[in-house]
Amino acid sequence: MSTHHHSTVPSDPELRVKALESLLVEKGLVDPKTLDELVDLYETKIGPRNGAKVVAKAWKDPEFKKYLLEKPTDAIASIGYRGRQGEHMRVVENTADIHNIVVCTLCSCYPWPVLGLPPVWYKSAPYRSRVVSDPRSVLEEFGTQLAEDVEIRVWDSTSEMRYFVLPEAPADFQNKSLDELESMVTRNSMIGVEKIKDPENRS
Amino acid sequence: MNSAHDLGGRHGFGPIAPEAENSEPVFHEDWERKALALVLAAGSLGQWNLDESRFSRESQHPVDYLRQSYYENWLSGLEKLLVEKGLVTEQELFNGRAFSKAEEELQKRVLQPEKVYSTIEKGGSTQMESDEPPEFNIGDRVRAKNRHPLTHTREPGYSRGREGIIEAHYGAHVMPDQNALGNRIGEHLYCVRFDAGELWGKDTPSKHLVFIDLWESYLERA
Repeated sequence: MSTHHHSTVPSDPELRVKALESLLVEKGLVDPKTLDELVDLYETKIGPRNGAKVVAKAWKDPEFKKYLLEKPTDAIASIGYRGRQGEHMRVVENTADIHNIVVCTLCSCYPWPVLGLPPVWYKSAPYRSRVVSDPRSVLEEFGTQLAEDVEIRVWDSTSEMRYFVLPEAPADFQNKSLDELESMVTRNSMIGVEKIKDPENRS
Repeated sequence: MNSAHDLGGRHGFGPIAPEAENSEPVFHEDWERKALALVLAAGSLGQWNLDESRFSRESQHPVDYLRQSYYENWLSGLEKLLVEKGLVTEQELFNGRAFSKAEEELQKRVLQPEKVYSTIEKGGSTQMESDEPPEFNIGDRVRAKNRHPLTHTREPGYSRGREGIIEAHYGAHVMPDQNALGNRIGEHLYCVRFDAGELWGKDTPSKHLVFIDLWESYLERA
């Protein structure tokens, strides 16, 4: 493949983006207000709090959990999250015996409607290279220890299916409100690199 | 193509060193905001598809791919596609100035600010119809073919030649190798379960499975 223009654009990404933006606006190919709208959407509206709502509801409502596992795209859409990079969802459930982790070794596929844009580490070479071959060492980096008899399932997002981990509920979830549960759900637990941390049960 | 993007199982990249979740910003630099928005806005002109977009990033020189940050790779891919598809000229890219406005037909396709939300919410399904019945059933033993196309593929290197079990059939989806060449055709897509020992050698700790989504033409009966 040609890299002809490589040396012709500024190497400083800030200048590079500025030049590209002004060019595309001048060409009439991009509306600057559209760029602001897109940034606002992914910086303030679409993020992991969406996924936390889905998880908390699944813990509290067995009917919804069933729906979520059987028809994940529809179930997630029923609470308002759908669209780009989440067109075909699959939810994988963590249990006492099974721990799921999601990766995209080939690029950075990630379920945007429920988790927003991926964190830097998810897109990084260290995570993408190692989690498929040595997931336990990756989990350790996140402070996650699993018993030896727990089966680890790594999901490599090589298609447009988007994987989303339903973490194990905290032990006393029945005594907690939906809001309390939601606030306990971390982004990392929905990628599968952490478990839910229950501050009260921490040993 | 076998290049730097195909990272599964590579060694030597060091620790992941994740930032703490509650203090990591969505964007780390102001220019990253614009990079993301430009990629999405330009993509919505409909002049290239997702797999062409992926190929434009992964076909960079592997040293560039690994050295650049993720959004820089996105920028490189976008610049390349804009020139390849004739939306801007190299000279315009070099100068950061337009010599002429885009064609009117193209300008009509520009994503309007009030359409952003509905466009994102609509997304783009890759589910397709296929005239052919699926060749494999759940539980079948299959082998990922040992193939090395010079063009785009979503069959990761570490799966090639390895045997696994069909775990799910997702119906027919847009076939990425063809899509990157501009041919939108549907092909049966499966989730294949591999034992880590099959992928990484018999000394690999057990209780470790890897699930990889693979299209029918990536697979053969084992």
